[in-house]
Amino acid sequence: MIRFINVHKWFKDLHVLNGIDLQVAQGEVVVVCGPSGSGKSTLIRTVNQLESINEGEIWVDGKNVTDPKTDLNALRAEVGFVFQHFNLYPHLSVLDNITLSPMRVKKMERVAAEKRAEELLERVGLAHKKDAFPAQLSGGQQQRVAIARGLAMQPQVMLFDEPTSALDPEMIGEVLKVMKDLAESGMTMMVVTHEMGFAREVADRVVFVDHGRILEEAPPEEFFMRPQHERAQQFLRQLLTPMN
Amino acid sequence: MDFSQIVPALPALMEGMVVTLKLLVMAVLGGVVLGTFIALGRLSSNAFLSGLAKAYVNYFRSIPLLLVIIWFYLAVPMLLNWITGDFVPVGAFASCLVAFMMFEAAYYAEIVRAGIQAISRGQVNAAYALGMTYGQAMRLVILPQAFRKMLPLLLQQSIILFQDTSLVYAVGLMDFLNSARSRGDILGQPHEFLIFAGAVYFVISYCASYIVKRLQKRLVV
Ligand SMILES: Nc1ncnc2c1ncn2[C@@H]1O[C@H](COP(=O)(O)OP(=O)(O)O)[C@@H](O)[C@H]1O
Ligand SMILES: [Mg+2]
Repeated sequence: MIRFINVHKWFKDLHVLNGIDLQVAQGEVVVVCGPSGSGKSTLIRTVNQLESINEGEIWVDGKNVTDPKTDLNALRAEVGFVFQHFNLYPHLSVLDNITLSPMRVKKMERVAAEKRAEELLERVGLAHKKDAFPAQLSGGQQQRVAIARGLAMQPQVMLFDEPTSALDPEMIGEVLKVMKDLAESGMTMMVVTHEMGFAREVADRVVFVDHGRILEEAPPEEFFMRPQHERAQQFLRQLLTPMN
Repeated sequence: MDFSQIVPALPALMEGMVVTLKLLVMAVLGGVVLGTFIALGRLSSNAFLSGLAKAYVNYFRSIPLLLVIIWFYLAVPMLLNWITGDFVPVGAFASCLVAFMMFEAAYYAEIVRAGIQAISRGQVNAAYALGMTYGQAMRLVILPQAFRKMLPLLLQQSIILFQDTSLVYAVGLMDFLNSARSRGDILGQPHEFLIFAGAVYFVISYCASYIVKRLQKRLVV
């Protein structure tokens, strides 16, 4: 479903992505972790070309996204993206946040779009909030709306960039639960997260990134019990013993 | 001082006020639309577009409004003549309107640009991630938020424009101030009419400023 072939990217002198090769099969859930600044966000943002790349190829659902001839808007419509800071549209109600792209990009009828939005809100447990504005919701609720907004486009793939790291601890669980349900429904997912409980329970594979390279790629059990690379061992030790 | 002649002159002054307000509203609308396009040009990654927009803004911000008004009054019929080969009378109103629109667009552009830049990068990213084109992202996501933020500043600029519309006396357009002045001259009471006109400008501008300040407070909360 997603395939990176020898992907390189530079920000000026900084080699953020250094020869990434990675595949995510249909229905698979891949968790990406690694130290802060290692290039995880950049990596996941290249999938729908919110970041361009300098070398290599990325294929999504049989289309080469780095080919200038590819219709990026059409591609993005089938790739859902959930941001760390939700990025809901503050001037629109929850319902309008969800229906905007289905109506304007996919040209869906309002009635159909709203019906679908209401079903999705039901699914993320927020049916009663459809007329609220983002500012009236908690972080956890906003993130669940953001997930529903992504799903409303009926994507083939969902990408998550640290979806719970801007949340208060007591709200992390509700968002992870929605993501877990989604994974169980068979959605192909690429998730940048440090929630190792989620990775262990839901992921098919864990990918460890450091300095723009994939240092380790293994099923969760193996990654947690027998990390091969020294940097990965160090990273896991730090996660288990928070410094503060 | 004898203000008794003002009441009978009110209908004529009203007509002048209609001209002033018509000019104001049309210039504000046209100026904001044009200014928005210029702001988008300035923010464009295309060096030619952004350079052109920047030159426009810097040019119009560096010359006096009065000059623009007179220049358009003389140049617009000449340009039309040159294009169509006919003599086309455009009249003072149309040439003033174009002058105000183009002049004010430079100021509105700067306000709109700041407003767009104040919207977080995450909003554009979200719009793109959901399949929108640049145009859709601007129209549906960024500009509605930016305009909400900018509204007080845009209105403030429009109050200044309200006062500046009086400069049309230079090309003989009968706006409020000009009709008050000429009425006063005819009736031999120029001072009374000018004092009255000044009072009207003051009251309208002051009230409008007050409303804008209230609005600003409400938008902040
Ligand atoms: N737009 C940008 N311009 C320049 N440098 C950037 C930009 N975005 C990210 N970086 C740098 O690239 C590196 C990787 O960033 P990022 O992908 O956000 O890492 P992570 O998500 O793993 O924390 C960091 O050093 C960051 O400072
Ligand atoms: Mg990141």
